[in-house]
Parts: sequence; structure tokens; C-alpha cells
Amino acid sequence: MIRALHRWPGLLALALVTILCMSGAALSVFPAAERLAAPQVEAGLSIATLADRIQAAYPGVEQIRRSPSGRITAYWFDQGTPGAAVIDPATGEGVASADPNQTLRWLTNLHRSLFLGDGGRIAMATGALAMLVLSLSGAALIVRRAGGWRRWFAPQRGPLAARLHVGIARIAVIGLVLSSTTALWMTASTFDLLPDGGAAPAFPAKVSGQTGVAFDQMALLTDTPVAELRELSFPHSSDAADVFTLKTNGGTGYLDQGSGALLAWADLSGWERVSETIYMLHTGQGAAMLGLVLGLMALGVPVIGATGVLIWLAGRRGRPRIRGNQPASRAETILLVGSEGGSTWGFAATLHAALSQAGQSVHVGPMSGFAPKRYARAQRIILLAATYGDGAAPTSAKGFLDRLNALEHTPDAPLAVLGFGDRSFPAYCGYARTVAEVAAAKGWPELMPLDMIDRQSPQDFARWGRVLGDALGIELDLSHQPVLPKSQTLTLVSRRDYGAEVQAPTAILRFALPRVSLWQRLTGGGFARFLAGDLIGILPEGSAVPRLYSLASGSRDGFIEIVVKKHAGGLCSGQLTALEPGDTVTGFLRRNPGFRPGRSRAPLILIGAGTGIGPLAGFIRSNRSGRPVHLFFGMRDPDSDFFYGEEFPVWKEEGRVTRLFTAVSRGARPHYVQDALRGEATQVAELIRNGARVMVCGGRDMAAGVADALVEILAPAGLTPAVLKAEGRYVEDVY
Amino acid sequence: MKSLFATLALTTALTFPGIATARPVTLTTTLNNYGGDGAYLALYVTDASGAYVGSLWMAGGKSKYYEHLSDWYRATGGDTAQVNGITGASVGAGRTLEITLDLADALFDAGYTLHIDAAVEDMRDSPNEVAVPLTTDGAGTPVRGRRYVASFAYDM
Repeated sequence: MIRALHRWPGLLALALVTILCMSGAALSVFPAAERLAAPQVEAGLSIATLADRIQAAYPGVEQIRRSPSGRITAYWFDQGTPGAAVIDPATGEGVASADPNQTLRWLTNLHRSLFLGDGGRIAMATGALAMLVLSLSGAALIVRRAGGWRRWFAPQRGPLAARLHVGIARIAVIGLVLSSTTALWMTASTFDLLPDGGAAPAFPAKVSGQTGVAFDQMALLTDTPVAELRELSFPHSSDAADVFTLKTNGGTGYLDQGSGALLAWADLSGWERVSETIYMLHTGQGAAMLGLVLGLMALGVPVIGATGVLIWLAGRRGRPRIRGNQPASRAETILLVGSEGGSTWGFAATLHAALSQAGQSVHVGPMSGFAPKRYARAQRIILLAATYGDGAAPTSAKGFLDRLNALEHTPDAPLAVLGFGDRSFPAYCGYARTVAEVAAAKGWPELMPLDMIDRQSPQDFARWGRVLGDALGIELDLSHQPVLPKSQTLTLVSRRDYGAEVQAPTAILRFALPRVSLWQRLTGGGFARFLAGDLIGILPEGSAVPRLYSLASGSRDGFIEIVVKKHAGGLCSGQLTALEPGDTVTGFLRRNPGFRPGRSRAPLILIGAGTGIGPLAGFIRSNRSGRPVHLFFGMRDPDSDFFYGEEFPVWKEEGRVTRLFTAVSRGARPHYVQDALRGEATQVAELIRNGARVMVCGGRDMAAGVADALVEILAPAGLTPAVLKAEGRYVEDVY
Repeated sequence: MKSLFATLALTTALTFPGIATARPVTLTTTLNNYGGDGAYLALYVTDASGAYVGSLWMAGGKSKYYEHLSDWYRATGGDTAQVNGITGASVGAGRTLEITLDLADALFDAGYTLHIDAAVEDMRDSPNEVAVPLTTDGAGTPVRGRRYVASFAYDM
């Protein structure tokens, strides 16, 4: 909801808001320039003295004005010719032209009305309203994402466009809220919607009838300093019944031109004072520094706008376009997607197309948007749910279970859950299972029993589609072609070979960074920005199914590095390990946000065996801040498959790794990485008690062995790996 | 030059009861190129003693700025009822305002004076910009204003 409130006004009002902010920023310079250029008034100068000096220089003076910047302007007639000048208060003489600055006038008219009169004023006020809505909804989004107001300035992650967008916005938002609210107030005032009009005192019925009083005989003028002056109007020379009109910061009054007496006075009303303060806050007239700061903040808006559009486009690109998606309130079939990397959206699009073809009206949305009250005409609800990590909710399903649990009654429309996962993981379709269990426990009627799709299998999906078709009484033919991310050509720069002697030929392959377009840099697409531990998908020749490898380098290292072991009969590993420098492969980047060391200073315990060392070596290589890192590394034979054996002494020297424990499995007494852990049990337990984070990478058996060893090691401290996992201090990347 | 036309039958104090005779009068106000935003103009009539009789036209729609037409504002107390139905847009620099209205014959050659007050944002307030006696002989004779009006004439 908040996101929609942010996105649509933003896209619609982008042009208008950009014009408002650019012209506003340009205008903000003028009050400061006027303040600097205006001749300064000597301390304690009275209005009487100033008026005396000006009248001596210009006997035909009619009006003296003082702007909030302190600039004094006089208007006079000299033998029928009108004259005006900026006055030096020290002499009363004119020092500069009082003609309006044409650039300022042009900018002002653009800023407040697009040169379109009242219609333009209303358009610009709408722009200001959009700016206010955007600022408030944006602030709410920042708070939600950072996790509270206190974390307003928390460091940013993600692609450049998103970091720029939030980075500039969280500073500029203060100025933008101030400028837009004051703009709305000023528009309301201009259209007479506020009772802030000037309250002049009633014109005096009786005057002395005399003329020619000297200024120093007028008490109010001798007592009031020039700093308080706004305007002094002189009486018509031919009219003895006329008076002096004085406006000061306090109010308006009339003075007799014969006696100098104050004839009438009216204070400024409360509304007038508020409106004047708001005018000052908006224009910077009388608060030049504030004006400059607001102008500077407004200058950020074009960047915020452009990056906002990029973020929106990048978000649309992640999921396939669903043609003819029906509104949730009108659809008979509600199709909700829980997807992490985006592939489940592809299945949803295929299902949506097939159901629509069969004459159904279908709504597709994320599971996180689950809102059963809106599904007024739903006949059935279908969930397509992937799983994140060990049974956790994938990104687009965050919060679904909370909403389901909070329901008093489940929807009447029956439910079908289809899980997506990889059968080789113990938590296969773990999230989908949980969702189905909770739904059943809450008594949600079942349309079809839980089913699962293994490794995006089109065959599984088609089979499930036939069952669904039977349940609906229609023929449903689901033929799904998985959409792969756009891949890029990668060129091998160097390779290092290990393990041939121990029948485990393995290569550390280093590829050159492909050229990154400006677009990718801004949206974080392609290989613009990645970290060790992210995944690279390689498409081997002769197969459409990509193989994923953990990256041993980040984009800051300037290359792409992976550790690949040649499997007997392995198509992809065979092709990769046969590459020579100069050869190419095609690959794409897949982020792996769950497997990152994070920015904390807490010690790291890295545990890996075989090629699992890849991302761990990457973490160590990028540890420039000297964070304590303890690495447990299992290998077969230090003379053959000690990957990164040359680098470790250097990294240790540079403080990137604190201690290295190796376990060697070949030989008279096989020693595995979990044995090495047990050997350091006291120190490991001590580190974990003090907040260390454990990261495990490697084969499934090794990970299970490590978990068992940690159960033993942590038991005396009253901790378990499960507790650490729940705290996010124990993460695995296993294959 | 563009002209702004407005035609109306004036039914204020200026059409005296019992004296049925009135004639159409065209008031033409041309502004000089003073280099500012649109000018607010108040056209009104005073009698031989200088007392306010009634308003003929108000060019400028936002009443919060009327105080800058200071003579008119003083005479009427800023009462917008005085210009109800006879208000139009402000007049740009170099433009011409032309209005035609039925004025009572009794207004001519009887000591009445037609005044124009003018004001422009961020520029001089010009009360009494124009003051011409209403006479049948004076009709068709253009006069200059003090600051903003290049020429003003009333034609019968």
C-alpha cells in the first residue's frame, strides 16, 4: 500500500516535480544574493532619519520599502517623471536600479504557475501535494526497510540506483516536506482560502489639516529602528486630508502630516504572522541561509526521480509480464506466488496464460500481498511457493504466514499449494509444506493435496496441471519454458590446477569482468556488483539447464573466480575444466544474500572442504578491515589439493585471516574438518559465545558432520546450531 | 497589441434613479512596457468633493492584493462587493484593456472625476495613476498615466 502510494504519484508527477524543484533551487540563490548586495544599515538608525535622508535626495519621494533581506527601495516623482532606486541608507542616495530582475521574474512565474495563470498555479500546487505524498510515503518506506527511525542513516546495500535514491532522499526529505507544505499553504492563501488578509485600521475621519511636519517630530518614526520597517507611504502633496501610512513588522498605522501624531494603528493578526513566517520559510526571503539549504535539497530531486524510475523498471524486469492480469476483486482464480529468484513467477505466468485461455479470470500477485477480504469473487486460491534456505519464506512471500495465522476464518474458496524446490535438499519444499500444514490446521478447505515440483521440472508441472484441470473440469495443458536470466560471455584469463594426484582434478578458474553498461551499473544488473558467495550460473553447451557455482571473488576484486572439480561424466564441470585462457563460456549472476559475512566486526568461523573453500577464500580476500577470521579447511593431501595454498601465508601476513586449521583426509590417520573443529573445541566455543558467526560451505556430508561436531562443542555452553541458525549466526551453502 | 473586451450594463450607484438617460461609453486603457508582471487596475469615480461614488471596473482577481490600490482601498475599505460582477483579469505590460459600459448622462459635466489606481508585484504602487474629469468635451482625448498607463481615453 505504502509502496503504491510512493510509486504512482512519483511516476505521474515526475516532470512537474522536477520543474518545481529545479526552478525552486535556482530561485533559492536570489535572497542570498540580495542579502549580500544590499547596503547595510548602521545600527540603531531610525525610520525618521532614513526618511529625512531620502527626502533630501529625492524631494518627490512617495514610498520607501524595506525587503526582508534589508534592501531599501525608494519610489519618487521628479517633475512628473517616475523614479525608483535601491537606496544606501547611509546617504539616502540611490545606488542601484530597482527594476525587477527579469530572470527572477521568469523563474518565479515558471515555479508558481508554469506561465499559465490560475490553472498553472493549481497544477503546481498539485505537484507540491505529490511531492508531500512522495516524501511521507518514502520516509515510511525507509523506516520500514531500515527497521525503525533510529536506523534512518543505516548503511545502504543494493544496486547503485537504489543506494543513490535512498541516500539522497533521506537527507532531502526534510527540506521537501517543508517546501511542499509551505507551498500548499501559500497557494491556499493566494486563492483567499485562508483568513490571512491584511487588516488595515479604519482611515481616520479627522486630521489636523496642517502639513509639513518634520520627521524628527514624529515620535513613532524616531522610535522605530529601520530594521522594523516594511513600508512608509507619503501623503499626496496636494491633499491636506491625506496621511503617512507606516507598515512595520508589528502592524499598520496612520500618522498625521501636520502634527506627526499617530492617528490609528492595527497590529498584525495571528493569521498574518503565520502566513508571513511560512512565506519566509518557503522563499528564503529573510532567511537566506535556510533558502540555500532548501534549494540544495531540492536539487537532489531530479536524481531521486531518475533513480526511482530505474528502480521501478528493474523491479518489473525481475518478473515476467503477465498479460491480462485481472484485479483481485474480480478474479475467480487467485494465484499467489512465493518466489526468491524469480523463476516461480515464470511458472505462474504459464499457469495464468493457460487458465485465461480456458476462459477463467485469473489474478496473479505475490503471496506477501495476501488479502482475502479483497477476493470477493474467488472460487479457488492457488499458491505457488518456493522455499528460501531451510524452509524459510522466499522474498515475495514474506509475511504470508503471519497474515494467515491472524485470520479468524480462512477463505471459503478452496486452496491448492504447489511447492517448488530441489529434492536433494533436506528441506525440500519446506516452506510450501509449512504453508499447507498451517492452512489445514486452520480448516481451509482443500482443492488439491500439496504437490511439489523438483528442480523446475516442466514435466512435473505439466502433470500437476492435468490434475488441476481435472479438479476444475477443464483441459489444462501447461507447457513451461523456464526463462533464464540474460547471460553474458565470460573469457578465461588464468587457471590453476590441483588435485590430479589424488584423483580429484580441480581448477581455480579466473574470468575477466565483462563490460558493464551504465544501465547495469545503475540498476545493479549483470555483473555490475557482486560479492564472494554469490552464485554464477553457467550454461554448458548442449544443455539448457544452468549449473550454479559459488563465487570466490567480488566485483571489487576485478575478476570472476570459481573453484571447479571435474566430475566423472559431468557435462558442465568437464567443459569448464577443459577451458584454456582465452576460451569463453556464457554465464549469469544470481545473488545469494543469505550467504554473506555481513559488515559486523564479530569474529568469523569459516568451515569448508574441497571446492567449498571458494567463497570462504573470497571472504578472506575481501577482509580489508582486519576482522578476526578463523578458517577450518579440509583437503585430501596438502601437496596436491591445498587450494589457495600460495595465498594463505600472504593473507595471514596482511591480517585478512587470523588462524588457519587444516584437516587432511588421505594418509594413515584420516582427519576431517569436523575433527579439526573438535580439536579446537574450547576456542571455537569461546568464539561463538562471544558472538562469532559460523559459515559452512561444501558437500552435504561434510556439513552434516560439522553440525554434529558443533552440537558436541556447544553443548557445555548451552547452545545448539539450531539456536545459532535462528539468530542468523550459522549459515550454510551446501551442494 | 491585443485588446481585452468586456461589455456590461452598469447598474450601480452610477445609474441614477429617475434619470433614465444613459449612454454606452468605451474606456480604453493601454499600458506601457514597464517590465513587470500583470498590473492590477481599479477604475472608479469620485464626485466634486473628492468622495467615492462607485467603481467601474477591477482588473485583477485576487482580493488579497487590493490593498496595493491604496486610494481605492481607502475609499471602499477594501469592500469586494464594490466590484462584484465587474472584475476581470490583470492587464499585462504593453496590453490594452477596453471596456464598454452604460454610464448615466448625469455623470458628465457635473464635476465627477474618473480615477485609475495601479499596482504591480514587486514594483511601485501607483494610486491615482490617472485622474480625468468626466466631460463631454474631454471624450476621445487620450491622457497619460503617471507610471504604468501609456494612454487612457473614454469615448461616447
